[in-house]
This record gives sequence, structure tokens and C-alpha cells, in this order.
Amino acid sequence: MSKFKKKKGGDLPAISTASLPDIVFMLLFFFMVATVMRDNTLMVTNKLPAADQVQKLDKKDRVIYIYAGKPSARYESKYGDQPKIQLNDKFSVVSDVGAYVLAERATKREELQNVLTTALKVDGETNMGLISDIKQELRKVNALKINYTTRIGDYTQNN
Amino acid sequence: MARKSPEVNAGSMADIAFLLLIFFLVTTTIETDSGINRKLPPMEELIDPPVIKERNIFTVVVNKNNMILVEEKLMDLSEVRSAAVKFLDNGGGLGEEACNYCEGEKDRSSSDNPEKAIISLKNDRETDYKVYISVQNELVAAYNQLRDREFTKIYPNERMSFVEANKKYSDPRTTPKVKAALKPKLDVIKQMFPQKLSEAEPNKS
Repeated sequence: MSKFKKKKGGDLPAISTASLPDIVFMLLFFFMVATVMRDNTLMVTNKLPAADQVQKLDKKDRVIYIYAGKPSARYESKYGDQPKIQLNDKFSVVSDVGAYVLAERATKREELQNVLTTALKVDGETNMGLISDIKQELRKVNALKINYTTRIGDYTQNN
Repeated sequence: MARKSPEVNAGSMADIAFLLLIFFLVTTTIETDSGINRKLPPMEELIDPPVIKERNIFTVVVNKNNMILVEEKLMDLSEVRSAAVKFLDNGGGLGEEACNYCEGEKDRSSSDNPEKAIISLKNDRETDYKVYISVQNELVAAYNQLRDREFTKIYPNERMSFVEANKKYSDPRTTPKVKAALKPKLDVIKQMFPQKLSEAEPNKS
């Protein structure tokens, strides 16, 4: 009954890699779905503070983003290490905020112009002075709905 | 017997998929899209601002050394929430100003009722943003704690807290019918504990 005899000797069979593409495709689809393409490149450090009493931000087309923080390492030599405001793709001063918000508001659809939220994505190490200045500018242009964007986490992570 | 067609060599499939995978890995930034919502006061000054009694204001000051002063007493961040809850839930008013759902100490020297109670948050220009956010977070948490309590007390059949109900209400996947049913309930609770949190302009220093 040599039919049932095990083959002896010979080399180990190669591990089948036929399922490798499937695994990789699975990962690929996950990242494709989870990816959000950034609208603007960050030029400031942006380690957001943590908070746990958060609400979800509105849909993307109803939000105006304002970034602030210290310039990132590659801009430090040019712009110094004091916290700065970033609007779209460039550093700005406080007095530009109002004009920026008005310009952004004008690009939105008319029915959305009254429900816009301004999201402040500010680095945790920034002084409140800068944020107060931004808030004053926002009040001047009547953009009163704001959102302090945060990570989700306990406040003890903020130290 | 049908002739077997030669198999397509799928060996390079993995390489192609890897290439795409790495591209998406590199470009992915998981965007944070949640935070603390606030409403700024409008610019125009009131001509005669309403008189607010001192006992109805709960002052929280964060100074330039990131120390927290609550009602002029130094306090640790971990105690802010309970202090705010105690103030809001005090209900020390008499007669018309009494609060029949408050469970506080009914102290005459603290707030009359949650509707009158105002939390005033002041900061210095030198205060760190992260500390300010932590304090804001704790104050919002105090409101949420009280709202949760009342919500579960009045609407036990909902089997969720105020925060969960609010989240469900703002979720776009919720059907309009459910939303319409939730809205009046949420409004009742919001009326009971209105979020009166004022962010004053910072002291010049």
C-alpha cells in the first residue's frame, strides 16, 4: 500500500504567499477609507490639548479653521519661536483674522453662511493672549460660534 | 477533458498593493474633529447691563502661573468640578427664586438657582492654553453632570444620559422622528441648567 506512504525527505514546501495580496488589500482599503486629505499643510506645531467633554464638529463645509502655535522646526530660523497664527498656508498677524474669516465666509454657500463655526486648532503651549486677540477679532466680524478643537482624553494629560 | 488554461501569475499583485498601501499610510492624517463649543458675546455693549448679585457669580481665575483661583481661593484642578457643581446646584433662593429640583445645601450666600448662576472664567494673557482648556472642560463637565442627573431623573425611560441624548440628537444618522422626540426633552433640561459660562476679556498685565 504505497499509496498512503508519506513522502520522506525532499525540501520543505514553500510557504504559500497567495493570501498576502488579500491581507495587504484589506489594509489598503482601511487606509483609503480612513484617509482625509489635508487641505493645508501645517506650519505650526499643533499638539492639541486634551478634553473629555467634547462635542463633534459640524460638517466640514461649515467650518473655518484657524491654526496657531509655535512655528515648526523648519520655519523656526525664519519666523522665530514665538507662537503665530496660520491662516490657509501662510503665517499671519492678528489683524488678518477678520478679513480671512470674511473671505472664507464669502466662499461658502449662502444658506450656510449663518451657521459657520470657527474651529481654533491651537497648540497647548500657546499663551492665552494670542487666543484672546483672535477671539476679539472674531467678535468684530460677528463670527461668534467657535470651537476649541481638542484631542479626546483626560485633562491630566495636559501637563 | 477541458484543457487547463495557464494560471495568471499573481506574484506581483502584492507588490502593487504594498505600493498603494504605503502611499495611503504616508498621506493619512486622522483628523481631530471634536472640541468644546463656545459662543462668543456680540461686540455691542449693553447700555445698562443687568445688575447681578455677587452671590450668583462664581469666579474662576487662571493666573499667569497657571494657578487656579476659585472664589479667591487657590484650588487644584481636580476640585474645580465639584466646586462648580456645588455652586450651581445650591438653590439658596427663597419664594419665587426657589429651586425645587436642586439638591444642594441651600446656602444663602451662594447661588439662588441654576438659572441665575453664572460662572465667570477669567484668564491672564500669559496663561497656557492647555490649562485654560482643562478648566473649561471641568466647568462644562459640571454642567453635564447636573444635566445628566436631571435627565435620568425625569426621563428614565430613555435609558441614556443627557450627553448621550445630545450626541444622538446631533448625529446625522438619527431619523428626524427620533430627533423631534428628543428635542423638547433636551430643551427642558437645558432650561433647568442653562450653560451660563462667561469668558471675560483678559486682564492687561
